[in-house]
Amino acid sequence: MNAGPTGASQDPRQRAGSLAQAAQDGDRRALARLLSDVEDRTPVGEAAVRILYAQAGAAHLVGITGAPGAGKSTLVAALVTEARTSGRSVAVLAIDPSSPITGGAILGDRVRMQAHAADRDVFIRSMASRGHGGGLAAATIGAASVLAACGFELILIETVGTGQSEVEVASIADTTVVVQAPEMGDEVQAIKAGLLEVADLVVVTKGDRPGAERAAAQLRAMLTVGAQHDRAMGDRPRPKRPDVLLASGATGAGVRDVLAALDRRAAARPTAHAGTEPSDVDLARAEAQMLGILAERLRHRLRRGGQEQRAILARVAGHEIDPYTAADELLAQLAGADGTPA
Amino acid sequence: MTDRRIKVLIAKPGLDGHDRGAKVLARGLRDEGFEVIYTGLRQTPEMVVSAALQEDVDVVGLSILSGAHMTLLPRICEGMREAGLDDVLVTAGGIIPDDDIPALHEAGINRIFGPGTTIRQVADYIRANVRTRDR
Repeated sequence: MNAGPTGASQDPRQRAGSLAQAAQDGDRRALARLLSDVEDRTPVGEAAVRILYAQAGAAHLVGITGAPGAGKSTLVAALVTEARTSGRSVAVLAIDPSSPITGGAILGDRVRMQAHAADRDVFIRSMASRGHGGGLAAATIGAASVLAACGFELILIETVGTGQSEVEVASIADTTVVVQAPEMGDEVQAIKAGLLEVADLVVVTKGDRPGAERAAAQLRAMLTVGAQHDRAMGDRPRPKRPDVLLASGATGAGVRDVLAALDRRAAARPTAHAGTEPSDVDLARAEAQMLGILAERLRHRLRRGGQEQRAILARVAGHEIDPYTAADELLAQLAGADGTPA
Repeated sequence: MTDRRIKVLIAKPGLDGHDRGAKVLARGLRDEGFEVIYTGLRQTPEMVVSAALQEDVDVVGLSILSGAHMTLLPRICEGMREAGLDDVLVTAGGIIPDDDIPALHEAGINRIFGPGTTIRQVADYIRANVRTRDR
């Protein structure tokens, strides 16, 4: 093979360093390779995130979520086109589900995103969820960090088609857009807890269809109910009050307004880097990343653990001890094993 | 901790609306445990190369029944080489006369699957011939 900057049998850190350098210099193939390493959770991928994370704070991360077939990919494609007219570089991470049976996947979001093949400032990458729940892949946030460090200004993260409560994207995106097709239910759907609650912006898609205006009006009415009540809630967590916009992928109507709404949020957000006061969103994202890595490392150590770990599992399985006591014992063991606190 | 899956791009180059075969194959390879990126109809060579590069796929599968294979497939191979994707396995399937096969191999198509090929045959070929990642 033509190894280029990806030559074999290097130390992972060296290899990550040369790939990261090439990717930041604009080598799209190096970027694609790096994303594979992050996605496959190789030592190179981990080293790359360590190297690039400090430079990954400037992009606007936008999560696009909603039910299967609601129009997420079409909206993403339209937003890419619109963002390019103003010269911004855009990356897309499009997640589709993996089979729980075979591990295979059909990644079909690119079907709607083919207009920018020759444009170097558009980079689209599909990701299979690989068993991760919540609508994302475990490596999504790491991949977004790599793209941000390579200079992409706007990063659109399209989740798998979600149900009512896959809201993980809201913990890693600066802005969460919930995509809702018309005729997806009545007003009671709009006041249910879950997905709609995490929206910073709700976009009713297929805006050229009959009923779209009415759906938007219903959502607007229900999502703004209680705005006055907010003031009475004091310091308790308050619901968001998202704008509801109407857009059509078929005609392009409304897409510019969606991008403008995203830009307003991006402008209001201070760039996250060392020395600045982190926002709640930045803190939530930091927590989500660290919890993910902690969980993975604990799982890894538990699985490759020795006799002691297996003995504890067997005692829980046999109802000799309860799982809480067992978890505490394991944490204590793991902390001791490495000399570092768990 | 590494979880690697073979990634396959399935594309239909050119002006050919017959995508049943491509979809059946995509579905079959999914069931074989591959991650299949499906890009759909009417792909230009440029689109195929760009998708293969950005997705870092191991295999490109091109389905073509329109008769334009002698024009489109060599252009895709050329583009892949120019993009540095020499290590990607490029396969084709559809309606391709036997007489054209040597020239397509010459152009860089690794394998051509004709009518009657089973999904298992395609999957076995891919597993046996796909690149190994150096990492």
